[in-house]
Amino acid sequence: MLDIRWPIGLMFTLVGALLILTGALSSPESYQRSLGININLWWGLVLLLFGGLMALFAWRAKNRPEQPIARGPGSRQNP
Amino acid sequence: MQSIQLGGIDYSILIIYSLFVLGIGFALKRFMKSSEDFFLSGRSIPAWITGLAFLSANLGALELVGMAASGAKYGIATSHFYWVGAIPAMVFLAVFMMPFYYGSKARSVPEYLKMRFDERTRCLNSITFAVMTLFASGISMNALAKLLHQLLGWDYNLSLWICSAVVLIYVFKGGLTSAIYTEVLQFFMIVLGFAPVVYLGLKDVGGWDAMTQSLSNVAQDPARLGLAAGSYAPDAWSSAWKPLLGGPTANPMGVDLFAMVFGLGFVLSFGYWCTNFLVVQRAMAARNMSAARRTPLIAALPKMLFPALVIVPGMIAVTLASLGKDGYRLPPKMLVESAYAKAVPAVKEAASQKLDAEAAAKLIGEAAGAKMFTDRVAALLEAAPTLDDKSLRNHLQNAVADTDYDGVILSLVKRYCPSGLLGLALTALLASFMSGMAGNVTAFNTVWTYDLYQAYICPNKSDQHYMWMGRVVTVAGVLLSIACAYFASNYSNAMDIVQLVFGFVNAPLFATFLLGMFWARTTSHGAFYGLLAGTMTSALFHSLTLAAGNTPGLKGGYLGVAQTFPSEMAQNFWLASFAFTACFLLTLVISLATRRTKTNEELKGLVYSLTPKLKDEEQAWYLKPTTIGWALLAGCVVLNFLFW
Repeated sequence: MLDIRWPIGLMFTLVGALLILTGALSSPESYQRSLGININLWWGLVLLLFGGLMALFAWRAKNRPEQPIARGPGSRQNP
Repeated sequence: MQSIQLGGIDYSILIIYSLFVLGIGFALKRFMKSSEDFFLSGRSIPAWITGLAFLSANLGALELVGMAASGAKYGIATSHFYWVGAIPAMVFLAVFMMPFYYGSKARSVPEYLKMRFDERTRCLNSITFAVMTLFASGISMNALAKLLHQLLGWDYNLSLWICSAVVLIYVFKGGLTSAIYTEVLQFFMIVLGFAPVVYLGLKDVGGWDAMTQSLSNVAQDPARLGLAAGSYAPDAWSSAWKPLLGGPTANPMGVDLFAMVFGLGFVLSFGYWCTNFLVVQRAMAARNMSAARRTPLIAALPKMLFPALVIVPGMIAVTLASLGKDGYRLPPKMLVESAYAKAVPAVKEAASQKLDAEAAAKLIGEAAGAKMFTDRVAALLEAAPTLDDKSLRNHLQNAVADTDYDGVILSLVKRYCPSGLLGLALTALLASFMSGMAGNVTAFNTVWTYDLYQAYICPNKSDQHYMWMGRVVTVAGVLLSIACAYFASNYSNAMDIVQLVFGFVNAPLFATFLLGMFWARTTSHGAFYGLLAGTMTSALFHSLTLAAGNTPGLKGGYLGVAQTFPSEMAQNFWLASFAFTACFLLTLVISLATRRTKTNEELKGLVYSLTPKLKDEEQAWYLKPTTIGWALLAGCVVLNFLFW
């Protein structure tokens, strides 16, 4: 089955990178609204970190041998 | 209020998000082999995923928009909808009820009712649930599309159809699994999209203490901002329990302690969290019993902290409005085309007759269907002869004194978000909308296919046939929700009636489940007639009571007013309390008077006393649902004291 941490990780990494880029390229005047904080840069960093962590977890899970999981009645046998 | 321009970066974020949720649907398509895969995710999902999906499915756009609105109207007491009205019920579901839902192998909540009682109760529950889900989805879609149109200038039809199409495609492809997976992604999107807005807002008003300081000024004269009339104690907006203890006149909700604790905290909250298939379905998709039981518990932790994200924005908005920072005001009620058509001639008439400001404001206000600021109307009249049609309309809109609370959250997004963050916050809003809608659609297609189509219309077909039906009804469900959205936008009165009727149906439901699950003597006659009687009690209660300030009619009291409540919320909570009690007592009495149709053996796994106790021994003590449940409840008590 698809590991949901991949799409979450990739999406936030991508969006974070885009925000950082926007933050780095835009002029300080455009941040009057956000109280003078370059919020795109800072929040982009947060998103990038979060996305990277998610992807890292997914990658580690992929390389770890599958552990047997107790399954309930009626659950699919071959995941 | 002029609409805001989105830049390329904002559209890019929206598009990236859409591509990812669609991609999840396509990636999961090949795993959909049987109807169990499509409707129940093959019961194969880990608990942290079902837990976040459980929360996300509940977190529709209406929740996000509505909670911010209530945060503005009632302040921090709105968090009772979380700390009183959600957490205890979620813990109860996990610890006591999940073993029967999951252990009975029922594929839906109505199917559990059939196993426990009989076809009648299932039929009643599945039909009302199916219709209710469609309308709920439609109401939410209408609200969101309207908001996007008013505040961003997006086309109503276009935003409605595009959002629905995205949801349709990924649910069609990947069924419940795809809905659950995207809900997890949407959960993070919502949190990470709104957190910076809340941070900036709090920083702008000078932090928490400065905010509560301003809110105490608001409490003394809330009418100045168009909030509740009257005057309240300084902490009415900034403490959760103290205003409640003073009785219904001491808090802006107009609710007494009993209605809050019993009506909301017990009847309505347990009725929603423990019996609504929309959320329970997520837990049923978990891969084993302990994952199913941990699902609501994992959801409860973020749920407990959510007020910071959804209620605080409302409080920030009120503070900003009270400080009048940079001319900020709570978003005014938007005038629609037909209101302009009447109001513009009224302005000309007032100008030509040289009415004084007060009389003019009254005349124009009546024409536009909204209260107007007298001073702004005076300025408008002075400028009217030189204004073209467009700026005349802007002036008119500016002079509206009524508040549109649903616009609060977007007004903050517009205020604080530069291009970039703006795209992220809007994506978060759309994500909440899609998660709610996908929740409704997946619950609807399952109940329709298993509980109505397979049970009554077309039994004994192949599994592939039912999976095909699931896909067909997914399309039908989305189209019907869109129809309901248009219905809601055209006949808001009819929509109020629909919601009212569902309130009647839902209020007594938990009594049936409580007795059914924990008292083996409950008979199917007792359950069915008790439920019907409970519903009729709600209708009767509603027809005999009224909230202060309302006229008899749609809002109640059409058979005479036996009791007047200080607010609609109090009326609702009391209605639920009465309906629950009536259903509970009647089910009890009828059960004692009728014969049981199911033997103890048949009820094994469905009733508490006849089911062997679950052994959690294989788990560490700190992973046991009861331990986590107690910890959550303790956390909840601490939060209540912190914001006492």
